Amino acid sequence: MTSQEENFMRKIEAEEKIEPKDWMPEAYRKNLIRQISQHAHSEVIGMQPEGNWITRAPSLRRKAVLLSKVQDEAGHGLYLYSACETLGISRSEMIEQLQSGAAKYSSIFNYPTLTWADVGAIGWLVDGAAIVNQVSLQRTSYGPYSRGMIRICKEESFHQRQGYEAILALAKGSPEQKAMAQDALNRFYWPALMMFGPHDSESAHSQKSMEWKIKRETNDDLRQKFVDQTVKQIEVLGLDHPDKNIKWNEERGHYDSSDLNWDEFWSVINGNGHCNRQRIEHHVAAHDEGEWVRDALSAYNEKKRAKKAQNAA
Amino acid sequence: MSDQIKNAIQEYATRLGDDSVVLGHRISEWVSYGPFLEEDIAYGNVSLDYIGRARMFYTYAAELADDGRDEDDFAFMRNDREYRNLLLMEMPKGDFAYSQVRQLFADVYYTILLPELLQSKDETLSAIAAKAIKETKYHLRRSRDWVLRLGDGTEESHKRAQKAVDQLWGYTHELFDMDETEQLLADEGIGVDVSKLRDAWLQMVSDILTEATLTVPEDSWAVRGGRTGYHTENLGHMLTEMQIVHRSHPGCKW
Repeated sequence: MTSQEENFMRKIEAEEKIEPKDWMPEAYRKNLIRQISQHAHSEVIGMQPEGNWITRAPSLRRKAVLLSKVQDEAGHGLYLYSACETLGISRSEMIEQLQSGAAKYSSIFNYPTLTWADVGAIGWLVDGAAIVNQVSLQRTSYGPYSRGMIRICKEESFHQRQGYEAILALAKGSPEQKAMAQDALNRFYWPALMMFGPHDSESAHSQKSMEWKIKRETNDDLRQKFVDQTVKQIEVLGLDHPDKNIKWNEERGHYDSSDLNWDEFWSVINGNGHCNRQRIEHHVAAHDEGEWVRDALSAYNEKKRAKKAQNAA
Repeated sequence: MSDQIKNAIQEYATRLGDDSVVLGHRISEWVSYGPFLEEDIAYGNVSLDYIGRARMFYTYAAELADDGRDEDDFAFMRNDREYRNLLLMEMPKGDFAYSQVRQLFADVYYTILLPELLQSKDETLSAIAAKAIKETKYHLRRSRDWVLRLGDGTEESHKRAQKAVDQLWGYTHELFDMDETEQLLADEGIGVDVSKLRDAWLQMVSDILTEATLTVPEDSWAVRGGRTGYHTENLGHMLTEMQIVHRSHPGCKW
């Protein structure tokens, strides 16, 4: 090990944060870029399934809450892109990687939002699962990422509350509303569990990420936390648990549950879910349509600069 | 307060609420479709301000109506023929230039209108104006910047911006029309006499368009009818989408 490597590992072990100007192994940098950009893209693509309901929100209050939530997601995307830029990659490169499929985003957003209840289910389950992961990432070893997570966690817990509250209103509402809530739970529960990624034994990046303290807890441990916390929440709603095998295990101090449909997991990761093509197409179309606007902005700024230079001369 | 005045204020608050909800809805259609992420955020922000305004105006209208209706009944349970928004607000989102030019026209309008509404003898209307003035200051900064950039950007952006100005111009005239209801309220010091605002609006808009190297159109055409419920075809589609879930579950809470 070189002295740089030793110094780096000493910091990691002492729980000191790695900062952008610090030396870091190339693989650490790459691993972080992969993870942070994936996280940023998830925030950005995540605007689509929820944005799908902004124009149909059933009350003005819900419309306002949803708008503000989707706007927060875009803001999270923005800080994560900035955090990632500190590692020497530009936002336009990251967008290219997203659009070409070289970079991934959370598979959960490849599931369609079919009813208004899905907006509630996303807030409750998807943001809920994200928080379990992000709380753990507040302690990640890379400084800008860790600070971004601390800020994001505060807003995500508001998102989860609003989602749960929206579902609660449905669960306590008319029979049709309750059925809508149950249907959304049935569809989003499993993909939410898949958000934690494959089993630890199957996870390509996990081991090194744990060693470098980029990740602080394993996929399976985080998933278990989420399974455990969700049981009670479903009970309060008075809905049926989608997992018929859910059962308290006294010995483990956790709930036992069914294994997930990993074929579906890999199929969606590999681009073959309900909405994979649609999500990327939407992003590409908006980005392409925006090109003349971005060009206008650069041309205008260039004209202003030239004028200023002329005046100064 | 006489019944006549009270009814007029209720109608007035409903109109202002309709303007806000319709424009807020149109802006919200941009979320995830912006030219870059910062614009998605900005659109969300501005939309949110308008939805917030709509809620305040409708809540006040509902309070005056005192017939058990709430803000959502005003937004979701009225048909396009009952909506009283200005036509400018309901025009489709169009391209980025179209939306920004519409926004500039609306933002300049509110920049001039809201300080007048702040002087209203009606405390609720005045309080809503006080909150909205701060938001509009930011909205105008943004739409003005964008119109300057698009007008004086590339050949293509200039062309698109000019086209938007030309296509929307005829819908701006009714922003300054008065009818009996609004005249009554203006005479009482409650409503704003918008007929007196056009010169200031035209001056401000012309200055910005000129700086943006865009041509201010001649006043050769004008379309009117929003305040009487005589809309373009766009509003019906917009309301169909906006009201579908609410109306599919009558009497439900959300």
